[in-house]
Amino acid sequence: MATGADVMIDIRRKDFGENTTVFVDLSLQIPAGQVAALIGPSGVGKSTLLRMVAGIDTDFEGSLAIDNAEPDRAGVPGFVFQDPRLLPWESALGNLLAVKPDLDVGRALKLFADLGLSGAEGNLPAELSGGMQRRVALARALVVQPALLLLDEPFVSVDRKLAHELRGLLAQVIGAYQPTVLLVTHDARDAAELADRVITLGGRPAQISDELLIDRPRGDRDRDYISCKVAEMERDGAAA
Amino acid sequence: MIGLTFSQIRKPFLSLEWFSIPLLLLIWHLLALWVGHRLFPTPAAVFVELVELAGKKHLFVDMGKTLCRAAIAFVVAMFFGIFIGGLLGRFRRLDRLFANWILIGLNLPAIVVAITCYIWLGLSEFALILAVVINKTPLVSVTMREGVRALDHGFTELAQVYRVPFWRRVRHFIVPQLMPYVLTAARTGLSLIWKIVLVFEVLGSDGGVGFRIGIFFQTFNITGILAYTSAFMTVVILLEYLVLRQAEKRILGWRLAQM
Repeated sequence: MATGADVMIDIRRKDFGENTTVFVDLSLQIPAGQVAALIGPSGVGKSTLLRMVAGIDTDFEGSLAIDNAEPDRAGVPGFVFQDPRLLPWESALGNLLAVKPDLDVGRALKLFADLGLSGAEGNLPAELSGGMQRRVALARALVVQPALLLLDEPFVSVDRKLAHELRGLLAQVIGAYQPTVLLVTHDARDAAELADRVITLGGRPAQISDELLIDRPRGDRDRDYISCKVAEMERDGAAA
Repeated sequence: MIGLTFSQIRKPFLSLEWFSIPLLLLIWHLLALWVGHRLFPTPAAVFVELVELAGKKHLFVDMGKTLCRAAIAFVVAMFFGIFIGGLLGRFRRLDRLFANWILIGLNLPAIVVAITCYIWLGLSEFALILAVVINKTPLVSVTMREGVRALDHGFTELAQVYRVPFWRRVRHFIVPQLMPYVLTAARTGLSLIWKIVLVFEVLGSDGGVGFRIGIFFQTFNITGILAYTSAFMTVVILLEYLVLRQAEKRILGWRLAQM
């Protein structure tokens, strides 16, 4: 696994259509290995920013650099979408092979084992539970050995118990592989559990309205405090 | 439906399917007995006629000719239909420009196309096959156009993020999404082609099932007509079960798993 990448975001302007300006003069730097959680009200542009960093959305003025390279020239990022987005005609292992054909199957099987997916390699997505599908999506993101891991509300529409379980798993994975992570979330618990830094986006065009740096290690009390604080930041972001 | 295999899902329906043809034959038999006329023979009488015709070897030669024409027309029409449909689905402007061509193609009476082809090109194999292709291609194009339009943008994004090379995208991301449409086009296309080929053979050809049925028609030999039709339908059913269903199972097995 590559070590984390430095991410430099300097957007001069990003519009949606003719009437909606999403960002004006937005600058953000995420140092290598940092886990940054991006919070803020719905529609503020969090997912848009993530898609821009991933190189999906290139229609903007400004620059993005991942380890001093443009996103499409930098290493392949890992991306976990809001939905698992697994190819339904491919097996769990086939979904990994679809994005990384030169995959070392032994490594993939170890990754499956790390994520609690042993024995599910040959199953089609429809034969897996929702939680297992999300784990396969996470395995797919990790199998490209990303220096940058992008997570777009990875636990949205997942029940609390499963979200808690997946969050713990993700924390372990991030700890083990040390990528730079940009996490878009609405859930204060995601930030409290995973993030080193919480960034609130608010207003229109969106600006960084608040930031919080979080120390590690953190205990349950810290997490509760951070959850409350993050929820408060999100409310303030919505009011901005 | 986690944990169930495809065969478990399909079994109850398959077992019912076994009764389908016997039921049809039974109804036919009862109706024939009830009508009691030489122009409405029983399945048994048709079967006897079929055996007799098979002995004269005409049947196999005619079937061979018709199947050969249908196969060539099918392959050519599928090729052009997939190609044109793909372009129309992908490029909106092209679709708008040629939308009315497709509409005309879909609604042009098959008989008009056949007669025009025969007049222009003579009573040749080429004219017959071309007429079938012209009739069939718009239908395949429309099906494939819808398939391309329905491609999941999410998977395109996924391929984009992971920088999947073009041909790999086609192979692993696009083709599997289009296969249900290809199979639909193949199935509807085959049924249409059988019908059209036979009609065109009646109109003008030197042999084939349609040609022979045309001769039987002149002598009101309904038993002969039904014998040829039964032989032909047997081939169609065999194709359905041995080729189309198997292909469907192999290619679209993942869709059954989603049921």
